[in-house]
Amino acid sequence: MDASDLAVVARVRAGDHDAFRHLVERHSRSVFRLAYRLTGREEDADDIVQETFLKAFRQLARFESRSSFGTWLYRITVNCSHDLMRQRPRAGTRMSLDDPEQGASLQLADSSAAANPMRELTRRQIDQRVRAAMSELSAQERSAFVMRHYEGLSIEEIGRVLDLRTSAAKHSIFRAVKKLRRILEPVAGLES
Amino acid sequence: MNHLTEDDMVLHYYGEAGDLRSAQAHLAECEACRREFEELSAALQAMTGADVPERSDSYGAEVWARIQPQLDAPEVQPWTRRLAAFFTWPRLATAGALATLLVAAFVAGRYWVPPAAPPATPVRADATPAPAAVRERILLIAVGEHLDRSQMVLAELSNMDAAVPVDISAEQDWARDLVASNRLYRQAATRDGKTAVADVLDELERVLVDIANGPATASPADLERLRNRLETQGLSFRVRVLGSQIKKDASRPLAAPAPSTL
Repeated sequence: MDASDLAVVARVRAGDHDAFRHLVERHSRSVFRLAYRLTGREEDADDIVQETFLKAFRQLARFESRSSFGTWLYRITVNCSHDLMRQRPRAGTRMSLDDPEQGASLQLADSSAAANPMRELTRRQIDQRVRAAMSELSAQERSAFVMRHYEGLSIEEIGRVLDLRTSAAKHSIFRAVKKLRRILEPVAGLES
Repeated sequence: MNHLTEDDMVLHYYGEAGDLRSAQAHLAECEACRREFEELSAALQAMTGADVPERSDSYGAEVWARIQPQLDAPEVQPWTRRLAAFFTWPRLATAGALATLLVAAFVAGRYWVPPAAPPATPVRADATPAPAAVRERILLIAVGEHLDRSQMVLAELSNMDAAVPVDISAEQDWARDLVASNRLYRQAATRDGKTAVADVLDELERVLVDIANGPATASPADLERLRNRLETQGLSFRVRVLGSQIKKDASRPLAAPAPSTL
């Protein structure tokens, strides 16, 4: 575990609640990134960041220093995201690959895009397809894949976050990759 | 030459393959695998570009400002969550069993005609134990319900069509709850000399204990083993037959005691 995280946790446990600020400032952006990848919505991700830190603060007594504080925080983030996704009707979260409304978001908006419009358009098409493909995965597959692919956690760490055996975490990633490849096949290699 | 599977390639891509050198060596000499690996890599790299909205360096301070006033406030859970937490499977099962017993006692009471007390014998108000037939009827109904619930757990696990390990912790909780009641019913059946019932309950208990104490994640092989075990012993079938038989017996009206010829 990160020694400075451990020291801050000890201070908070000893009653210095303001010390928790250091943990919030250190981990907020990574928690936001994970929450956004899992939910696909900016406003949901902001809510999850807030909820994750509130829960972490209230459950700090349960935190075991054997694992890293970041991993423990990820676990709470994943649980909060799953709760939120369960409350939200699935149809509302699934993104269509051919939705004209979403196609509208592909319009070139920023000035950097004007420099190489075709490349930018392709990149956005891929992004749109990736988001749609991610919404086809189960909560467990999405979490495992996001943590391996984007956050660079090892499969063993992912198992700890998701409370799964390493083999089960591994299989979640395999399933996710299979599904994603099938959906992304038409655009794979376009950008290169 | 053993080709790399897609799973091997995924592990290799993420640097999680145990034997990195042998995968690399194989890719160097096998064109088919190399091409497949390149396609996989292209697909995974295409996903890397998906953007996450930027959050500024002050984001942590903003989050802190939002949560800080709430840190010392007591956590309030919505009433729906508190209610949902109360109604766990074991509680629901117990409530169901109690409700069944109440209905059974009511029905049994309606059909049961108490024997007329001999006129010369003084009757004590506190000496009215339930007759054995009513007690047996209540037990029958409870065992029937128990067999139904057990059958549901076995069916749930047998019908899991998993190609990968699955989480069966919910079924395990259920099995754990059933083991305790199964033991009571088995002992009662043995005590009453109902060997056929006791035998089925005995076999059922072994399976439930194994499910309850096994790993929370079942591999396809585990599920297949369970299916084979249930098929070999014919346990699901026997539980179903016994359950139907018991329900049939329990639905027969209780015979009134024969009128005294004295």
